[in-house]
Amino acid sequence: MATKVVMAQLSPTMEEGRLLEWKVQEGDRVEPSDILAEIETDKANMDIEALKGGVVRKIVVEAGATVPVGAIIGIIGEPDEDISALLAEAEASMSGTPPVEDAEAADEAPADEAPTEEPATPAAPEVAVEPAEAPVVPVVETDHSHVAESSVTGRIRVSPVARRMADQAGIDLGLIEGTGPGGRIVKDDVEQAIATGSAEPGTAAVPSPSVAASGVSSVAAASGPARLEAKDVELSMMRKAIASRLTQSIGPVPHFFLTSEIDMGRALDMRKEMNQRIAPEKVGVNDLLVKATAEALARHPDINASWAGDRIRHHASADIGIAVAVEDGLITPVLHEADRKGLLQIARETADLVARARERKLMPEEYQGATFSVSNLGMFDIDQFTAIINPPEAGILAVGSTIEKPVVVDGEVAVRRRMRVTMSCDHRVIDGASGARFLRTFRAMLENPLEMML
Amino acid sequence: MAVITYREALNRALREEMERDENVFLLGEEVGEYDGAYKVSKGLLDEFGEWRVRDTPIAENGFAGLGVGAAMVGLRPVVEFMTWNFALLAYDAIVNSAAKMYAMSGGQYNVPIVFRGPGGSALQLSAQHSQVPDPWYANIPGLKVCTPATPADALGLLKSAIRDDDPVVFVEGELLYNVKGEVPDGEHLVPIGVADVKRAGADVTIVTHAKMVHVALQAADILSKELEVEAEVIDLRCVRPLDTNTVIESVRKTNRAVVLEEGWPIAGIGAQVVDDIQREAFDALDAPVARVSGLDVPMHYARALEKLIVPSPETVIEAVKHVCYLD
Repeated sequence: MATKVVMAQLSPTMEEGRLLEWKVQEGDRVEPSDILAEIETDKANMDIEALKGGVVRKIVVEAGATVPVGAIIGIIGEPDEDISALLAEAEASMSGTPPVEDAEAADEAPADEAPTEEPATPAAPEVAVEPAEAPVVPVVETDHSHVAESSVTGRIRVSPVARRMADQAGIDLGLIEGTGPGGRIVKDDVEQAIATGSAEPGTAAVPSPSVAASGVSSVAAASGPARLEAKDVELSMMRKAIASRLTQSIGPVPHFFLTSEIDMGRALDMRKEMNQRIAPEKVGVNDLLVKATAEALARHPDINASWAGDRIRHHASADIGIAVAVEDGLITPVLHEADRKGLLQIARETADLVARARERKLMPEEYQGATFSVSNLGMFDIDQFTAIINPPEAGILAVGSTIEKPVVVDGEVAVRRRMRVTMSCDHRVIDGASGARFLRTFRAMLENPLEMML
Repeated sequence: MAVITYREALNRALREEMERDENVFLLGEEVGEYDGAYKVSKGLLDEFGEWRVRDTPIAENGFAGLGVGAAMVGLRPVVEFMTWNFALLAYDAIVNSAAKMYAMSGGQYNVPIVFRGPGGSALQLSAQHSQVPDPWYANIPGLKVCTPATPADALGLLKSAIRDDDPVVFVEGELLYNVKGEVPDGEHLVPIGVADVKRAGADVTIVTHAKMVHVALQAADILSKELEVEAEVIDLRCVRPLDTNTVIESVRKTNRAVVLEEGWPIAGIGAQVVDDIQREAFDALDAPVARVSGLDVPMHYARALEKLIVPSPETVIEAVKHVCYLD
């Protein structure tokens, strides 16, 4: 009797798995407990074993694809056995409910669409192979926290009527942002999408999840000339799990904070010398910070990035937002492509932007599209503070006053000009270590200012 | 169209049916000499005499059982309980005798009886005298359960109940007896098991019955004025059999539902309505169905606590905002 090999639930929170590698080929004979394939779950990489012997008749899901728990990934049977019924079932379990409309979508691995369209057929843990005739045993879900995770592990939360309306209108639910609880897409959201046409195929501002089939795909950078391209990195299972858990813990953007104290002596000396040479023009402390930030971002592209729901986008240039206090709030003019500009150019453009920001005369493109921000409260005698990230940026630097204080240098107490910076990081994108590496580079540039001139 | 009270409508129903069919008779505590504890049987003793209007001892199981026996041999008794709280003593006669007789006798005996009286909370009658009996009887196959909210429905449903060949539990609202409303002139019958749309609306369906119909209508008025949310209020009128079709039709239109009842939440009428909606109208839902019920505690005597326990327009509005994603 032919049996199906299904994506087993290998951890309690696993909802889908990525098929890393097949250890067998079609036609191979396998014995019970032979390893069939290696699976990447949200926690670890694990093996799926054969429970029954036979010949591998069909590999349904190719390596690299991600499929929901319970999906048929292969078929084992006798060499001459008719497996057409199982093949049909496997095909049915793979095809999503909305009809595929454009050729681009039709080319994609169907396995990638399955998780968003159909709830995973529950499979008992550790049962990798089940008899073809076995009825599907319904599993009573008792762990409700598990349900809350589903929205970020591929399944789209949508109210039944919203799903039906989107189906009828031919709208891709993956392109609609849900405004209901937990991001649920509700009727209003679909009606809006229909009204604005924002979710029709081909007009996506954010690429649809299905584009990820090739692993890494490119989209034109949102700002600036298209000479460089932003790079989308497909999410690993671990990255999805980190994003999900941390988001649950602290709202939409899970912040963490890194603080470093920087010796500003050399940078300030350099600035003084510079300003004597370029008078009456001058370079501000903030310009040094912007320059150092941009250079550090250029060396740490994983920080110059954004969480995009189902992927992380590494931006093509370092576009630095500079927080400017205005009469009843603040605005953040953007110094685009700061990583490709010299200090003097940064100083000139920033002075212009800040002046016009205070007059409320910025054009929208001059305060939108930053990839990272700097907020300086040093002039208010603030020693240290934490800033709130402005999404979709993944980080912001909060800069305090530079103050003279005693520090130990080479075993001696010396008076030095020190400045504290605190970086807020979006933990979905940045980890403690990667944030710390960035901050170390930033600090090194200010402490050895020649670094950022090179 | 005359405007009369709910109490007068019930009195008219009894009088009309007793005039129409000499087999109809009334029995219960103080229904005769005293005109009924709530004056529903006012004047009937004088009009129909002591053979048709019988005062009974304070022995609910006894006179309810007497009624069942009378119904089995061809009479059409209307048994009044002073309140449904006291009918707990007659639960055996109603559930084990009246409801089962037709099935257990293989169809030889039907039991055309009406058990009626007031139910629900009134004002500070405390734990034992404020109960909503609707779910206790809605659970029993063999019974029909009517819960009219308006004078017209009280008149039309009581007349239908008396004419019905099966036992009918007829729960009147203790606080509804003085409610006034238009009642059609001439013969007015309301079929058992048909809901009524008391207010039309496109944004949310409020499914309710009995006294809570008035709470729902108050909530709907406020929702319309303050939030421009138009609620459709469905009065089930009977909780067994349930008119699921009217509910489903409405939810398919509004995509959202709040189910409201005065009684307790667990195994309440609303639990059944929600089940029907999720099964029959799943694809129409934009939000999980919300329930509003009395709190899951014995009724307290203190006025402030009683107000907290019984659903109010405010609690209904909160639930409506929730299913409309307005909170």
